[in-house]
Amino acid sequence: MTATVEAPAPHEPRPAAPGFRTPRRDAAALARAGAWARRAPLLPALLFVIVVTQVPFVITIVVSFISWNSLYPNDVAFGGVSNYVAVFTDANMRGSVVTTIALTVTVVLVSLVLGLVVALLLDRKFLGRGIVRTIMIAPFLVVPVAAALIWKHALYNPEYGLFNGALTWFTGLFGLPAPQPDWITNNPLMAVEAALIWQWTPFMMLILLAGLQSRPLDVIEAARVDGASSWQLFRYMTLPHMRRYLELAALLGSIYIVQNFDAVFTITSGGLGTANLPYTIYQQFFQAHDYGAASAAGVVVVIGTIAIATFALRSVSTLLKEENR
Amino acid sequence: MRSVNRARKLTIAMSVGVAATVGLSACGGAGGGGGGSASGGSDEVNVLMVNNPQMIDLQKLTADSFTAETGITVNYTVLPENDVRAKFSQEFSSQAGQYDVASLSNYEVPSYAANGWLTPLDDTVAASSDFDQSDILEPMTKALTGEDGKLYAEPFYGESSFLMYRTDVFEAAGLTMPENPTWDEVADLAAQVDGVEPGMKGICLRGQPGWGQIFAPLTTVVNTFGGTWFDEDWNAQVDSPEFTEAVDFYVELVQEHGEAGAPQAGFTECLNNLQQGKVAMWYDATSAAGSLEADDSPVKGKIGYAAAPVKETDSAGWLYTWAWGIQKAGKNQDAAAKFVEWASSKEYEELVADEIGWSSVPAGKRASTYDNPEYQAAAAPFFQQTEDAIVSAKPDDPGVQPRPAAGIQFVAVPEFADMATQVSQDVSAAIAGQQTVEEALSTGQGLAEKVSEKYQEQ
Repeated sequence: MTATVEAPAPHEPRPAAPGFRTPRRDAAALARAGAWARRAPLLPALLFVIVVTQVPFVITIVVSFISWNSLYPNDVAFGGVSNYVAVFTDANMRGSVVTTIALTVTVVLVSLVLGLVVALLLDRKFLGRGIVRTIMIAPFLVVPVAAALIWKHALYNPEYGLFNGALTWFTGLFGLPAPQPDWITNNPLMAVEAALIWQWTPFMMLILLAGLQSRPLDVIEAARVDGASSWQLFRYMTLPHMRRYLELAALLGSIYIVQNFDAVFTITSGGLGTANLPYTIYQQFFQAHDYGAASAAGVVVVIGTIAIATFALRSVSTLLKEENR
Repeated sequence: MRSVNRARKLTIAMSVGVAATVGLSACGGAGGGGGGSASGGSDEVNVLMVNNPQMIDLQKLTADSFTAETGITVNYTVLPENDVRAKFSQEFSSQAGQYDVASLSNYEVPSYAANGWLTPLDDTVAASSDFDQSDILEPMTKALTGEDGKLYAEPFYGESSFLMYRTDVFEAAGLTMPENPTWDEVADLAAQVDGVEPGMKGICLRGQPGWGQIFAPLTTVVNTFGGTWFDEDWNAQVDSPEFTEAVDFYVELVQEHGEAGAPQAGFTECLNNLQQGKVAMWYDATSAAGSLEADDSPVKGKIGYAAAPVKETDSAGWLYTWAWGIQKAGKNQDAAAKFVEWASSKEYEELVADEIGWSSVPAGKRASTYDNPEYQAAAAPFFQQTEDAIVSAKPDDPGVQPRPAAGIQFVAVPEFADMATQVSQDVSAAIAGQQTVEEALSTGQGLAEKVSEKYQEQ
């Protein structure tokens, strides 16, 4: 809807007397007033949204420019960009940026592929499909910190974990000694990723399954009548249809996994090069009690996320493009 | 297509909403404050404490005992350890006066006292004849005394560290554990018991990153090897030969005869390992004995307890206590003192014994607890060694050289937690074989020097 005032057409006669308003102008003013009458009641809600979503962020930005360590309450002062300098010169912080990117990309891509495979299987009709679907969703319903604890203690632990127990049982069948790998120490980042993939595959599956079930079946039937193979159906009909769902799943998954804290905190305590950004910020806040530097790190993360997300949404994704069509 | 369009709009709105929460959670730190009701009047006291089992018992027993006797209502705020630390550091540093009493540890008390954030207890709790300050174990009193010689907190319960080992395994292998072993003897024994039972390693030592994880036992090893984090003049000593030798020893011992999965093993993992017969020895907190001797423990009655291993010092055990400190800005000073006097008293220990059992008593602070026949019976295998370990701890002089600040397994300055945690991640990586001890400690030296600068300026 447009509320712009239209300029009078060139051949229109001038108004006879000053102050006289053409019916067209009146209509425009009326439309404008009408538009505001409709918007005005919404303003408090908009204000509320701004307060709720943006004020904490603004406070964080302010704090990030203050040199503020809670252990020294008398030395709180404006610190300029010193906190940002500290963030960018801190080797731990730079390392955790790389770790965060590696962790997020791996987890999102692998769980997306696995989720798609599971969704394709669950899209078929078979006996007990409802039960299987519920079972598949279960990992996503487990509280994240509980899931991380299960992985650390019940599965990975080299002494009493299930993996090494299963190895012992399996090789025991042949009377052989079992290799007892130390899963987390050998592949620390992969151990964290595996636990996250286990939890996030069901999420991807849910979104992709919804996508699969919204396919227009008549068109697919027509294609099949025309002699398209299953692969061709998948490649040229299902996949293009699924693009938007894949993008949405990847977007939401990335947003959540960038923030993941539980798995890193529980499984490795940030050791062996697995400290990601949320963990490093946690350390800065809870152990160094450096509110300024922690806030600066938080601001950098948000700016980075927004920049990447905007880039991804604008250039790669079809989500926003189709919205503007 | 309208409805499709609307559905699409919804998903976009959803993802924007989610993105907004990213922004929010990134700002989680900024707010702070809030929570807990605080109002004047001397008939109530606001207590901030950690959610350990002993504190939960205290919370349960307060209304029928303390409040019934004194008419003072106690408002508890109970939080997990990390949260409670963040909370009381904010609360005390700003002297907000929202809480009257907090469960502090002997890590915080010296610096809080130096900053003037705590009310001295010499004329209130410590002067009470019923409370009997002389019954509190000497190292505890010492650890909670400020540089000005005043007492700033009363212990609720405490612990030291000692060496636990499987007596049955040692007997079967024909080995004996000295009462006061040296680290060299322990390393020998670890090599000999390694593998005597299938899947059994020699010793469990913490390797999990964290100043309160790996660096609790490791700093006691550094102390007794003659090393220190800082010398008397705050010069960082992390890459000194003694510090390096101690960490080398520790890392080598864990790599060769230690538990599997050492870089992630903390207190819980080692407790499991000893209970499941996966290790023959364990050097850790005296409080572990309670779990090892519990009725459902598979190794009940099979554990021997020896003093913390030493090298160049006479004793090496650490000292840790949760203790009640009263905030100077607190509004209910009298009620707070009464509360502290009650919670750390003999009577409270007896109350817990009556209501819950002797094994749940907040022990490790009073000589009388260890003289009590009933407690001796309940803690028969370990009470003597625990008392000896606590009594022999020297919080003001744990090593071979004078120290700039108090603390055995830590240096009681606020910067230590962050610095030691960062160093611990590299030491943990050294145990995993990702880097050498020298590399880890040279990074650590740099971190320690930053702390040096701060204190040398003053």
